[in-house]
Amino acid sequence: MEILAGLFHGFAVALEPANLFWCFVGVLLGTVVGILPGLGPPATIAMLLPLTFNMNPAGAIIMLAGIYYGAKYGGSTTSILMNVPGESASVVTCLDGYQMAKKGRAGPALGIAAIASFVAGTVGVLGLMLVAPPIAKFALSFSSPEYFALMSLGLALVVLLAGRSIVKALLAALVGLWIASVGTDLFSSTSRFTFGQMELLSGIDFVVVAIGVFALAEVMVNMEAREETQLLPVPKGLKNLLPTMQDLKDCRFAFLNGSVIGFLVGALPGGGSTIASFLSYGLEKAVSPRREQFGTGVIEGVAAPEGANNSETGGALVPLLTLGIPGSGTTAILLAALVLWGFKPGPLFIPEHPALFWGLVASMYIGNVMLLILNLPLVPLFAQVLRMPVYVLYPLILGVSMVGVYSVSGSLFDLLLLLVFGLLGYLMRKLDYPSAPLILGLALGAGMERALRQSLMMSEGKLSILVARPISAVMLSFAVLVLLIPMFGKLNAWRLRALEQD
Amino acid sequence: MEDATRKSGDLWSGVALAALGLYIIIQAGQWEYLGPEGPGAGFFPLWYGVAILALSVLLVVSHLKRGSARGDATDWNKLGRALSTWLALAVSVALFKPLGFVISFALLTYCIVAVMYRRPLATAALTAVASAAGFYLVFDRALGVPLPVGVLGF
Repeated sequence: MEILAGLFHGFAVALEPANLFWCFVGVLLGTVVGILPGLGPPATIAMLLPLTFNMNPAGAIIMLAGIYYGAKYGGSTTSILMNVPGESASVVTCLDGYQMAKKGRAGPALGIAAIASFVAGTVGVLGLMLVAPPIAKFALSFSSPEYFALMSLGLALVVLLAGRSIVKALLAALVGLWIASVGTDLFSSTSRFTFGQMELLSGIDFVVVAIGVFALAEVMVNMEAREETQLLPVPKGLKNLLPTMQDLKDCRFAFLNGSVIGFLVGALPGGGSTIASFLSYGLEKAVSPRREQFGTGVIEGVAAPEGANNSETGGALVPLLTLGIPGSGTTAILLAALVLWGFKPGPLFIPEHPALFWGLVASMYIGNVMLLILNLPLVPLFAQVLRMPVYVLYPLILGVSMVGVYSVSGSLFDLLLLLVFGLLGYLMRKLDYPSAPLILGLALGAGMERALRQSLMMSEGKLSILVARPISAVMLSFAVLVLLIPMFGKLNAWRLRALEQD
Repeated sequence: MEDATRKSGDLWSGVALAALGLYIIIQAGQWEYLGPEGPGAGFFPLWYGVAILALSVLLVVSHLKRGSARGDATDWNKLGRALSTWLALAVSVALFKPLGFVISFALLTYCIVAVMYRRPLATAALTAVASAAGFYLVFDRALGVPLPVGVLGF
């Protein structure tokens, strides 16, 4: 009953004309971003974040979330038509989607991708709506030791699944913690790691690091090559995009599989939509009577991963909104956005800001309907975006990045920092250091330090408080176990297999 | 990236991170570790500094144990293009103070289109002027987002 009342409240918020408009802008931008290879949702959300500071927070979070899940819809288009994933979550869609397109079935492939995304995306929002409130209630009993343990566990899971080398992933997370420490310590007013620069006394803005590491580094990597890929013909007319009844029948289990796997993996920090889509594809293949045909253009091979990567969004918002723990680079940026607008995601987020939470949930139902409409009849139009020359696109990304950073503080110093973090992001990619743990370390760093110091103040300096309380002891034990996984041959082989597919 | 580059990168990035870890430990040593009111400003940095140092040493040692790297050679062309883009962007940021955003961004765009993508000069000039004007109209005029201003006043 409480959930239904919340949902009604949410629809009242989401159906306000301004919020509907921002929802449309978000899903439209998300679709375009998803279609464009080399421009992902974290980079786009990071670039646009500064521009939302003057917006109504409800409209702003609705728009940013729209970009997040909209990109998952758009990502399939390039996978199917060009064999180039628009974003990492659509990598596996290339396997059967492109083969279908080569056989002249690009229309049904694009159509089933949109339908599966809609079905599973809606199930994911349903899961978010049902699961988030009880988790938030449970987390109300958490104190500083539990929060420290929870953040450590979240970071450990992201480290585990972020890159082949756990040492490099850990180092990236620790550097993120270090960047978060730069500036004035709020407990003692000591200035830390400021290199004598006045500008660093207030710390390094999250937006600067996120735009540098994601957007700038992405442009630099994409600028390495000059070659352009070929686009297969896009079928015109809604009739040619609709899958047949047999196609839909073949995909029944794929819809369910994608919805459930996507949500569960999403709710797990570090899981992410790429792993969700691969797990769902693997399960679909394992149970299919025609498993030997997978990879040659089987429609379930498109429906399962596309469903999973959309359902994952709903799952990923559960720990973010109820515990304040992001599980990926993109949700870390969403966390920063909420904090910058003056909100504190956590157990009290839903009771204190029901309009924002339920408005977001309701907007996601609406956004999924918008995306279905946008992605079925309008796919041929969106595919034209791929014809935009890259020599126009990349300077535009660089320009928006610079304007975004400058608009935060009006400081040229921040633009210099942007250059530094852009170069750092590029080097990290070249040297195989994952960027998600760095961003997560930065997003969680201040909170982790605060929780640890408050815990030790509670216990008069005794570290045993972290293991004396059952919930924090269990979570810390899990965190340690997670980091020990690479030492166990079979478990590590599973981890590496999951990452190879990423 | 190429295997050989990544492997030698492990060594150099490990050394750089070890230096960073050492720097953090030295700095943290100058701040209070534990005071009467609980942990001080040096408490948390000291621990992650030690972890950075230990992990980077582990990275270096495991690289040295593996021996010399075999694999594809570094593609200097690709690396050069990426770093040239970064350099062009850095020059453009340096020009913000004297020239302002609009002119600097037009120059950056021109450089990318004409030099990096070797498009005709007219195409490059048109793209540069159109994108710079677009940014000015959308951000400065329509959205009221301030852009860096140069001596010419825009």
